[in-house]
Amino acid sequence: MADASRDALITGIGVVSCLGEGSEAHWQKLQTGETSVDTSTFAPFVVHPLAPINFDAQIPKKGDQRQMENWQRIGTYAAGLALDSAGVKGNTDILSKIDMIVAAGGGERDLTVDSNILTGMPRAEKPAAFLNERLMSDLRPTLFLAQLSNLLAGNISIVHGVTGSSRTFMGEEAAGVDAVRIAVSRIGAGQSEIALVGGAHNGERPDLIMLYEFAGMMLKDKFAPVWERGPNGGFALGSIGAFLVIESRAHAQARGAKPLARISGVVSDRSKRQTDGVQKSLEALWDRLKDKIAPQQAAAISGATGAEPATAEERAFLAAHSDMAVRATGSYLGHGLEPTFPMNIALATLALRHGALFAPCDGSGFEKPMQGPLKQVLVTGVGHWRGEGLALVERVE
Amino acid sequence: MTSSKDSMGRPIVVVTGAGVITSLGAGKEENWAKLTAGQSGIRGITRFATDNLKTRIAGTIDYLPPESCTAALSERLAEIAAEEAIAQSGIARIGNFPGPLFLAVPPIELEWPQRMEVGGKSGANDAVTYAELCRASVQFPAYHDRFLFGSVAGNLADKFGTRGSPISLSTACASGASAIQLGVEAIRRGETNAALCIGTDGSITPESLIRFSLLSALSTSSNDNPQKAARPFSKNRDGFVMAEGAGALVLESYESAKARGAKILGVLEGCGEMTDAFHRTRSSPDGKPIIGCMSNAVKDAGLVPDDIDYVNAHGTSTPENDKMEALGCTTLFGERMKSIPISSNKSMIGHTLSAAGAIEAVITLMTLQNQRIPPTINYDVPDPTIPLDVVPNTARDARVKHAISNSFGFGGQNVSLVMGLEPA
Repeated sequence: MADASRDALITGIGVVSCLGEGSEAHWQKLQTGETSVDTSTFAPFVVHPLAPINFDAQIPKKGDQRQMENWQRIGTYAAGLALDSAGVKGNTDILSKIDMIVAAGGGERDLTVDSNILTGMPRAEKPAAFLNERLMSDLRPTLFLAQLSNLLAGNISIVHGVTGSSRTFMGEEAAGVDAVRIAVSRIGAGQSEIALVGGAHNGERPDLIMLYEFAGMMLKDKFAPVWERGPNGGFALGSIGAFLVIESRAHAQARGAKPLARISGVVSDRSKRQTDGVQKSLEALWDRLKDKIAPQQAAAISGATGAEPATAEERAFLAAHSDMAVRATGSYLGHGLEPTFPMNIALATLALRHGALFAPCDGSGFEKPMQGPLKQVLVTGVGHWRGEGLALVERVE
Repeated sequence: MTSSKDSMGRPIVVVTGAGVITSLGAGKEENWAKLTAGQSGIRGITRFATDNLKTRIAGTIDYLPPESCTAALSERLAEIAAEEAIAQSGIARIGNFPGPLFLAVPPIELEWPQRMEVGGKSGANDAVTYAELCRASVQFPAYHDRFLFGSVAGNLADKFGTRGSPISLSTACASGASAIQLGVEAIRRGETNAALCIGTDGSITPESLIRFSLLSALSTSSNDNPQKAARPFSKNRDGFVMAEGAGALVLESYESAKARGAKILGVLEGCGEMTDAFHRTRSSPDGKPIIGCMSNAVKDAGLVPDDIDYVNAHGTSTPENDKMEALGCTTLFGERMKSIPISSNKSMIGHTLSAAGAIEAVITLMTLQNQRIPPTINYDVPDPTIPLDVVPNTARDARVKHAISNSFGFGGQNVSLVMGLEPA
């Protein structure tokens, strides 16, 4: 029999994206179906640019901001919002117990340094010596710290004083799924009482566009919602920061924290993506959660990227469970890789708080209107290349 | 019949297979022979030109066929260590491992040879910018799969047939220890009876070396005498030496290991961590996070500091680390620290970064099994402010029942593991 004191409750959320910062801004824009898209800066590639953010509000020291690149600023900012939302900001006693799991990629390149080397090296008399010389003299010494995957967590520790434990998972979308899964498992088993889980992504980076365009997966020329991109679809990178404070019910009750939602299951796998691999993997994961789900009061918030064939296979899975209305947040926010799954859990939490799903963003008719009440959200996280995950987020009264 | 639960009622986690590869060689046997003989694996770098570099030495692995990038070499090193560990454990044939994979791996990124190759195809007449690279990139589909952060763990999961979603993780220089901790926790939760935990690092490239060099973290004084460069706890220590390698452990619940009659190499008794929020690269001057980390590991093992017989040091040979680690140990263990042996494997194998915690856990297990402590070599000029028994220069037989292995990293990452022998 499950011990309710070990329930994993969400008590804080912090979100930033092209829609703005914080829960309210996100909910408003999702209600009215607004997004923000940039088709020119990185043309032909489409991105969802970060809304203007005053980083000072969560990262008061300019010296700290200077030590970071934007992906770390986005994440440190979102983590601060989540700690504020949970009412634990500045509470050193609780902060020293928080187990942090960050899902991270790596940091920005210095584009000018790279470009100068790329231009000069073929003409250099001794190319290898030229590379060494340029890197030794042109790289900022602290750039490394802004690039290291685990230094988003490091910055959160320094800026917000989170000092329980700190772990960074890498590996694109799956890193975000597994960060939440491990945090929830540890809480359930009594290995942890309170966790800060999330990630950050700066989508306005040509080095990342290059990486995903190696596989031809970038959305080009024109924006379209993810379900309308067709077999030659792709994803538009988004700048996203998302953090969740997750606590055991016992810990939340003891400090009088108000739960926003409950995470009652997180499951993940990595199929080899043979024919229908995504669909089969999602069905197998669904089997592990389905007994807890009442589809008439449930909806699916999808992390579908727009990349094929993964998006078509996820669509087939969702179509097979068509009593749940679907929303793909990638149409609003773009795709943020590592923080996508935590972000969608945060948006599921907002929807559950409001007892209703937000507006469709889809001209294909796949996203149907939902008449409330909303009590459960199935969050999907299918990697553009590998990794599949599901979470069940439930309303708490 | 010994209980299969520890003093806190959790499943006891044991090691049934271990594998290691370093600049000293491949396999436990060769590494142990060289470690206890006090040999160094540090050498001059030949993999790439070292013109204009302040540090021209490393513990590179040069005896394998060359690989194209950090991701490929890290993957190969992990395979070699994991094959040794799985074979020793006898838990399953290669390709059908009955548990999850936890992999400590350096952050994966496109490197200069590939970036130049893409640039060369961009058709740019003058300046090569990222706009040109993005246009040319679609001609290189294999680079997508290779340079994803999850690529190494994904390929290893396929090869070894581990279960579920493989975890790639980084806690900087503590990563290898974090991988083991995640495995211990999964078994204690009862989610699995076994876990494959690997730390790997094959990241010696010009840019990675330059990055550490620009932070003044590397030894620069011994380019002409590489084997003397790593001098942990010495007064004249001047930075760490980058190195490559991998360590792998097959962890199992004691109950399932006993049930299948497996030979037990040692017990993962406790794990501790504590984050330091003082600075991105330096420890809190009071040493509290390091002390708390070690103390948490000892408590998690159900022990008290007096039970610890040996410290397998993080011991990087940087002025900062060794001073703070000594302070931490002296504070936690008190007067007794003067007589507790503490030695640094890095004096011989260099700092294997993401792999270090796993490699040093394997060496700590061998230390327990052989009741013999590998030395801290190059200890010629003692640091009077670190009055510890660093097992100077020569291996030593000793009674070691419980050992602690420390790993500390940039970003305030601290992890300690406590290991012991199979309960009698």
